[in-house]
Amino acid sequence: MRSNLGVRIAQILPTLVLVSIMVFCLQQLMPGDPALVLAGEERDPAVLAQIRTELWLDRPLAMQYFHWIGNVLQGDLGFSWRIREPVLNLVIAKLPVTAQLGLMAFVIAICIGVPMGIVSAVKKNSFWDYAANGIGLAGLSTPNFWLGIMLILVVSVQLGWLPPSGYVPLTEDWRQSLATTIMPAFVLGNALAAVLMRHTRSAMLTALEQDYVRTARAKGLLEIRVVLRHALRNALVPVVTLGALELGTLLSGAVLTEQVFSIPGFGKLIVDAVFNRDYPVVQGVVLVTATVYISLNLIADIAYVFLNPRLRNA
Amino acid sequence: MIDQAANDAGAVMAKAMQSPARLAVRRFFRRPAAVFGLFVITSFVLLALLAPFVAPFNPTQTSWTLIRKAPSWAHWMGTDENGRDVLSRVIWGARASLLAGVISVCIASGVGVPVGLLAGFVGGKVDAVIGRIIDAMLAAPFLILAIALAAFLGPSLQNAMIAIGITATPIFVRVSRAATMDAATNDYVEAARALGNPPWRVAFRHVLPNIVPPIMVQATLAIAGAIIAEASLSFLGLGQQPPAPSWGSMLNSAQRFLTQAPWLAIFPGAAIFLAVFSFNLIGDGLRDALDPRAK
Repeated sequence: MRSNLGVRIAQILPTLVLVSIMVFCLQQLMPGDPALVLAGEERDPAVLAQIRTELWLDRPLAMQYFHWIGNVLQGDLGFSWRIREPVLNLVIAKLPVTAQLGLMAFVIAICIGVPMGIVSAVKKNSFWDYAANGIGLAGLSTPNFWLGIMLILVVSVQLGWLPPSGYVPLTEDWRQSLATTIMPAFVLGNALAAVLMRHTRSAMLTALEQDYVRTARAKGLLEIRVVLRHALRNALVPVVTLGALELGTLLSGAVLTEQVFSIPGFGKLIVDAVFNRDYPVVQGVVLVTATVYISLNLIADIAYVFLNPRLRNA
Repeated sequence: MIDQAANDAGAVMAKAMQSPARLAVRRFFRRPAAVFGLFVITSFVLLALLAPFVAPFNPTQTSWTLIRKAPSWAHWMGTDENGRDVLSRVIWGARASLLAGVISVCIASGVGVPVGLLAGFVGGKVDAVIGRIIDAMLAAPFLILAIALAAFLGPSLQNAMIAIGITATPIFVRVSRAATMDAATNDYVEAARALGNPPWRVAFRHVLPNIVPPIMVQATLAIAGAIIAEASLSFLGLGQQPPAPSWGSMLNSAQRFLTQAPWLAIFPGAAIFLAVFSFNLIGDGLRDALDPRAK
């Protein structure tokens, strides 16, 4: 098992190197000279030359990459052109907000998706199965920014139950924090709930056909006990792993959700950076996101091995 | 009794003689949900193609006397903050969304399928290198990579389509690679090799036609994803630029008038949902129809 994990960890290193090359190359797609963008209205050749020297833009591309990656490895993701602050500080300040939103979304997705998947599998080809599948497909097809706007319209504007936007940190006032994040978390978790529902249904259908389930039924156990204690426990292993793999996609959804609900998180950071042409921030956010995503995949792999006794003892 | 057996045998023979494609089409049309999806998408395509004739008003024509009018007989979906007819903009917006969906998937499959075919067919180091590049591309979440690409390329519908196409490419590489590796083990591929066909001919003539079904399913589902991605980029201001209509950019401006004019948000969003839902229904229907286990 340890050697398998070692191989898996070794495999992510070249992926990380390629991600860094990809992120570095993003800057090359930028139309025109980055020094001109940074200089703004300033067209003094001396100033432009100074900017090029400072940013290593006057060196060959390979040297620029090694200079950039060397800094990244020392925790220097660059300097925001607009806010005039290190990108790492901005990322560290915004990440907890998105992490809170993501975790709440994950919990909501599990609470909705897993029970729906169980009912759908147990009542296969019934009204409940078709309804759950229909709701799941609708969840996958709903753009989360539209769902967010509709919820603001109904829950905040019409009913006045929750604030339409804003964010209060958990450490400041946990009640207000939950009030401001519960609706965005639901919006963010909606598509994930649909994915989890599909995974749970599929895993439960497989588990319910196994011999140990038949044995449990033959022993005269109550059906609910057979489903929850015998089938679900085995079906949850792939569901948990696939669910963890989907955690990374929440980062994508967070971009739009934070925009709709004006939450000052990671997603809003990249959108604001894009509109201010603050390219070091865009690069830094993409690099951090990719690294988080790869790490989550690795954790999912490790969790799968630990949750599955056959792999654990292999 | 004997007649009955003969009839049954005849029916089995007739079924066996039908082509797999015809059987798949028949299975597809037996699924009401998939047929509904196909009907909705056909309607959207017709609306998009016939937009100049079907749309009741010019989608960019502003009117100060018609600002934010609620839905009425004259304007079925109301008017927007510049007095433009929302229905006309939704109809013209279908063009941008469907075009973005189809073109970005064409880019993704046009690059992804040959690369996946190469990786799956050649294997070895080529497969390993392609695999690592694909892993790296998949490491950045879809929308974040698309936003970054669209930001660096500059905001426009064309660049949004390129960004979505590039971002969706790895999935096509993975699907076609897996399908190629599966198809390459078949006897007819071995026979084609034994006959002395060059590798490229075996790959394109014998393997490629047999990996089309999973790619078709993936393409349909990818169009649904691309429509949402285009709407997301336009919503953020990185896709279709005003005053040209797009469902995503309409939602962006609708946000500011949510309390005064909720119809501005309801109709474009419903159009995105319906188009994506229908493509997903078609994708699911195609998957079931093309799945050999369903035979």
